[in-house]
Amino acid sequence: MIHAIIDPFVDFAFMRRALVGCFALSLGAPPVGVFLVLRRLSLMGDAMSHAILPGAAIGFLVAGLSVPAMSFGGFIAGIAVVLLAGAVTRSTMLREDASLAAFYLVSLALGVMIVSVKGSSIDLLHVLFGTVLALDDAALILIAAIATLTMLILAIIYRPLVLECFDPNFLSSVSRLSTPTHFLFLVLVVLNLVGGFQALGTLMVVGIMLLPAITARFWAQDISNMIVVAVAAAFASSFIGLLVSYYANLPSGPAIILTAGAGYLVSMLIGVQGGLLWQFMPRRHLEA
Amino acid sequence: MNRRLFFVAAAAFAAMLGVGPGVQAAEPMKVSASFSILGDMVKQVGGGRVEVFTFVGPNGDAHVYEPTPADAKELSESKILFINGLGLEGWMTRLEKSSGFKGTVVTATKGITPRKMVENEKTVTDPHAWQDLGNGKIYVTNIRDALIAADPAGKVTYEANAQKFLDAIAQMETTVKQAVAKLPPERRKIITTHDAFGYFGAAYGIEFIAPEGVSTESEASAKDVAKIITQIKKEKIPAVFLENVTDSRLLEQISRETGAKIGGTLFSDALSPPDGPAGTYLDMFRNNIETMSAALSS
Repeated sequence: MIHAIIDPFVDFAFMRRALVGCFALSLGAPPVGVFLVLRRLSLMGDAMSHAILPGAAIGFLVAGLSVPAMSFGGFIAGIAVVLLAGAVTRSTMLREDASLAAFYLVSLALGVMIVSVKGSSIDLLHVLFGTVLALDDAALILIAAIATLTMLILAIIYRPLVLECFDPNFLSSVSRLSTPTHFLFLVLVVLNLVGGFQALGTLMVVGIMLLPAITARFWAQDISNMIVVAVAAAFASSFIGLLVSYYANLPSGPAIILTAGAGYLVSMLIGVQGGLLWQFMPRRHLEA
Repeated sequence: MNRRLFFVAAAAFAAMLGVGPGVQAAEPMKVSASFSILGDMVKQVGGGRVEVFTFVGPNGDAHVYEPTPADAKELSESKILFINGLGLEGWMTRLEKSSGFKGTVVTATKGITPRKMVENEKTVTDPHAWQDLGNGKIYVTNIRDALIAADPAGKVTYEANAQKFLDAIAQMETTVKQAVAKLPPERRKIITTHDAFGYFGAAYGIEFIAPEGVSTESEASAKDVAKIITQIKKEKIPAVFLENVTDSRLLEQISRETGAKIGGTLFSDALSPPDGPAGTYLDMFRNNIETMSAALSS
C-alpha cells in the first residue's frame, strides 16, 4: 500500500516536479482564496483568470512558448483590469463587481481575438490549459517565488485584510490602509493565478485557489484555522489527484481539481461547521 | 447625339462581353482543401488551372480549428472541397452546412485501408494516412479524378501533372526506404508528441510511441507519461522528436528525465511556411526522414 502511494514519485522525476509545483501552488493560492470567499468575491477569481488571457497571448506572440514572457504578460493584463476596475469603482457610481465584469469580458474577448488571429499556429488555448506534468525549472522557480511572496505579503497585511473582510467601513474610518490593502490583495490574486496557469491552465487554477478555501469553511471558524485547513486540503487534493491521474490514466489537471471538488462535497455533508449531516441529527439542546 | 454615343458605347461594351467565354477559360477554377498537406497535393495536380484555398495553414493543427467567416465565403465560392476524412476534420461538417457550399466534397482517402488503433479501450481510426507515401499516391489519383470530373477541358494537364507527381512520390519512397534500411534495427524507435506517424511506421518499419493519442485534443495522463519514460529507459530509445503542431513542453520533460536527446522537429499534420524546411508534401518527407536518420544513426 505504502509502495503504491510513494513509488510513482520515487520512480519518476516528472511526478516529483508536478507534486512540488502543486504544493508550492497550494501554499499561496488557497489562503488568498480564503479571503476571496470571506469577502464574497469567490467569482472574482474566475473573472480574473479570464482577464489574464490577452496578456499571456501577447507574451506568447512576442516570445513564443516562454514561461516568463507569458506570465509577465498575464500579470500586466490582470493588474490592468484590476486597476481600471478599481478606478472606475471609486470615481463613478458603478459597483466593483460590475466594472470588473465589464473589464474582464473585454479582456477575455481581446485574448480570444489575439489567439484566433494567430490561431493557425500552435493552438494557444491548448497551451493555456497547462501541463502540470511538464513543469520545468523556470516554471517551478516562478511558482515557488510567487508562493513565498504571497505568504510574506499576507503576513504583513493580515490584520488590515481581516478587518477589511468584516467591516471595510470601520477600517477606512480608523486607518488609511484600506485602499493599499485592497490593492495589494488583488495583486496577490493576479500573481497566484499567473503562477498557476502554466501548471493547471487558466481555467483550473481557480479551482486550486477556491475549492480548498470553500471546503475549509465547513471545518474551521476563525480565519487562521481556515487558512490551515485550506492549505491542507489543497495539499491532499494535489497528492491524491496526481495519484489518480497516475493509476486511473486520467489527465492530471482535472484530476487534481476534481479531487478538490470531491473534498468539498464530503465536507459539505460531514463538515463540523454547518455540514448537512449535523443539521439532520438532533443535538442536545443547550441547557442553562 | 449624346444618346447615340451612349448606344454605340453600350454596343461596344456588349461586344467585349461577348468574348467573355474565351477569357473565362484562362481563369483558374476555385477549390478548397481542408489543411496544408492536402492543399499542396491539390496544387501539384491542378497546376495553373486551379486556385487552391487552404483552411488550416502552415504549422496549423487540423484536429482542432475554428473556421472564420472568410473561410465560409471561400468555401461557398469553391467548386470542390477536398477533405482528408477518416475523422480528421471534425469541424468541417458544420462549416460545410453553414457556408451554403454547393460543390462536390471529395474525400482524398477514398480507397485507403484505414489503420485502427486502440486508445483508452476504444478503437479509433487513425486519420494520418498521408504519412505513408503509398497512400499519398491514392490521394493523388483521387484528386486527379475529381479535378477531371469538374473540369474535363483540363484532362490532359491534370493527367500529366498527376503522373509527374506520382513519379516523384515513388522516388521519395525509395529514398525513405533506403534511409531506414541504413539504420540499425534496434534503433528504429521514435517518441513523438501525438500518434501521427502510425502509417509511416507501418509502411517503413519504424516504431512510433506517443503520449498523446491520435488527436491533439486529448491531454496526457500521468500514467501515459510514466509508461513512456519506463519504455525509453528499458528499450534505450535514442531520441524524442517534437512536432510542428503541438506543445513541446511535455516531450522536453521526458527528454530531461530519460536522457534521450531531442532529435529535432518532425512535420506531422501540417507543412511549414513555403520558405521553411517542409513547404511541400515531398519536402515534408525529405525533412522528416533526414531528421530521423541524423538522430537515430549516430
